[in-house]
Amino acid sequence: METSLSKAQLDSIRASALKSDFPLLAANPHLAFLDSAATAQRPAAVLDAQRRFYETMNANPLRGLYKLSVEATQAIADARAHIARFIGALDEAGNPQQDAIVFTRNASEALNLLAVTLSQLTKLGPGDEVVISIMEHHSNLIPWQQVCAQTGADLVYLRTDGDYRITQEEIEHKIGPRAKIVSVTHVSNVLGVENDVPSIAARAHEVGALCVVDGAQSVPHIDVNVRALGCDFLAFSGHKLGGPLGIGVLWGKPELLDAMPPFLTGGEMIDLVTETGAVWSPAPQKFEAGTQDAAGVYATNAALSYIERLGMRAVEERERLLSIYLCERLRELPQVAIIGPKEGERHISSISFDVKDVHPHDVASILDMHDVCIRAGHHCAQPLLTYLGWHSTCRASVAFYNDAGDIDRLIDGLNQVWRIFHGSR
Amino acid sequence: MEVASLYNEQFMDHVAHPDYKYELDDATHTHDGVNPSCGDELHLAIRLGEDGLIEEVAYTGHGCAVSMASADIMSDLMVGKTPQQAMHLCELFKGMITGGKKDDATLDELDEAALLKDVSHMPARVKCAELAWRTLAEMLKDEGDSGVTTTE
Repeated sequence: METSLSKAQLDSIRASALKSDFPLLAANPHLAFLDSAATAQRPAAVLDAQRRFYETMNANPLRGLYKLSVEATQAIADARAHIARFIGALDEAGNPQQDAIVFTRNASEALNLLAVTLSQLTKLGPGDEVVISIMEHHSNLIPWQQVCAQTGADLVYLRTDGDYRITQEEIEHKIGPRAKIVSVTHVSNVLGVENDVPSIAARAHEVGALCVVDGAQSVPHIDVNVRALGCDFLAFSGHKLGGPLGIGVLWGKPELLDAMPPFLTGGEMIDLVTETGAVWSPAPQKFEAGTQDAAGVYATNAALSYIERLGMRAVEERERLLSIYLCERLRELPQVAIIGPKEGERHISSISFDVKDVHPHDVASILDMHDVCIRAGHHCAQPLLTYLGWHSTCRASVAFYNDAGDIDRLIDGLNQVWRIFHGSR
Repeated sequence: MEVASLYNEQFMDHVAHPDYKYELDDATHTHDGVNPSCGDELHLAIRLGEDGLIEEVAYTGHGCAVSMASADIMSDLMVGKTPQQAMHLCELFKGMITGGKKDDATLDELDEAALLKDVSHMPARVKCAELAWRTLAEMLKDEGDSGVTTTE
């Protein structure tokens, strides 16, 4: 094969010693798991942490007055501080903004929380605009559709040009004085491209709008720093980082979290309740009604520690090489068309492609027979696919634990798909 | 390996060389079926003879191999059947791929459609395989009403 990678780079991705850290991958050496954009595999360190929580500190956090509950409460506080540092959410003195980290069930819930509370905070109404991009996952699209339908505000789409970029002209043209909220994905879950969030956030603030970033596909793969992005809110999920399922994270600027009304109400989010009213706890508790998944939070913290031991820069570089290798190998196949940029460097983990005249669902089913896991369908981004003129695509996504062998098995499987549908080639 | 046996030569022959994929000019009944999330679209037509037997079945549309092969196999099976027999076969087929009912008598009766039995192990593909059968069942239930059936 022809590749732009050096021999040393190829050697570095030829195998993955890290697979032994992941019980599922270690137990299934023939599995080529190329669907990390949907959910990552979990390292043993995370599974052990989850178990350790239940074995050594299990109690309902926040309200208990005994040692176990205090430990559980501390575990959550530690996780908040760790996550804040991980995304660069530091105060003036350089301390992590731990009270600016809100736990939800998933990134979708974090975005729903924002859509509902920010529409109230900004008094969204007719004549106002909410600006999102055409490449949003449904999680960052339907909540805004809903609040626009309820308030009479207009939903405006930032669209990509022929090179899958949202240009500066588009940003200035679409984010105008009527914009109250701008909510964009950092990295597309279909195309794998990174949006110019600093420019979008700067423009949003220039016109007096708030800026929300969906980091579900960026936080696991690249060094994300909320100050560098310049956004007001960042939502992402723990399970795409190797944490357990069921933990979403929302970071918001403290002064905005203070001003926002609650989303869900009930226990653990109030300071005082009378027969006729209630006083909300300060953030983050204000947004965390009910008992939190403290074990999940504790294990998410362990997932961050695992990634930090590898080093985010090392993760980024390995995934960059894997993406380039994946892109170049896909380009070797005449029956395969990449949907998105042709350059591997522009893909963060995810690459969408089409196999000529074969439905993506058939591609995925046949690859499954070769123990190759990819995603096929509309990837919860139907407006993007419609905009690009596709109904569904195949999507392979890499993580640092993958190696070139996983990608080679995908390529072999795609050749098998072609043989089944078009005879031998 | 179930998937391997699904995409076998006999199955792929229905995809590459369908016998019943054409417009039926003198149809007595037509019905459309769609799977919105897959993009499968099926236009199914039959001609019911005066003797009460299905004389001809044809379909047009597009979709994945599973939905198209299933439509072709079903069309072949339904020729010469009464609407009641056709409805019965649709029920059997549904039982095979959603209920895992795969006894010899069922497979015998479903004839070539038994090729699709392994779809029962592929929950994501059930609605693909079901599309033609549900569309036919809807058509016969409605007796000519040309509505749209979705298996989602």
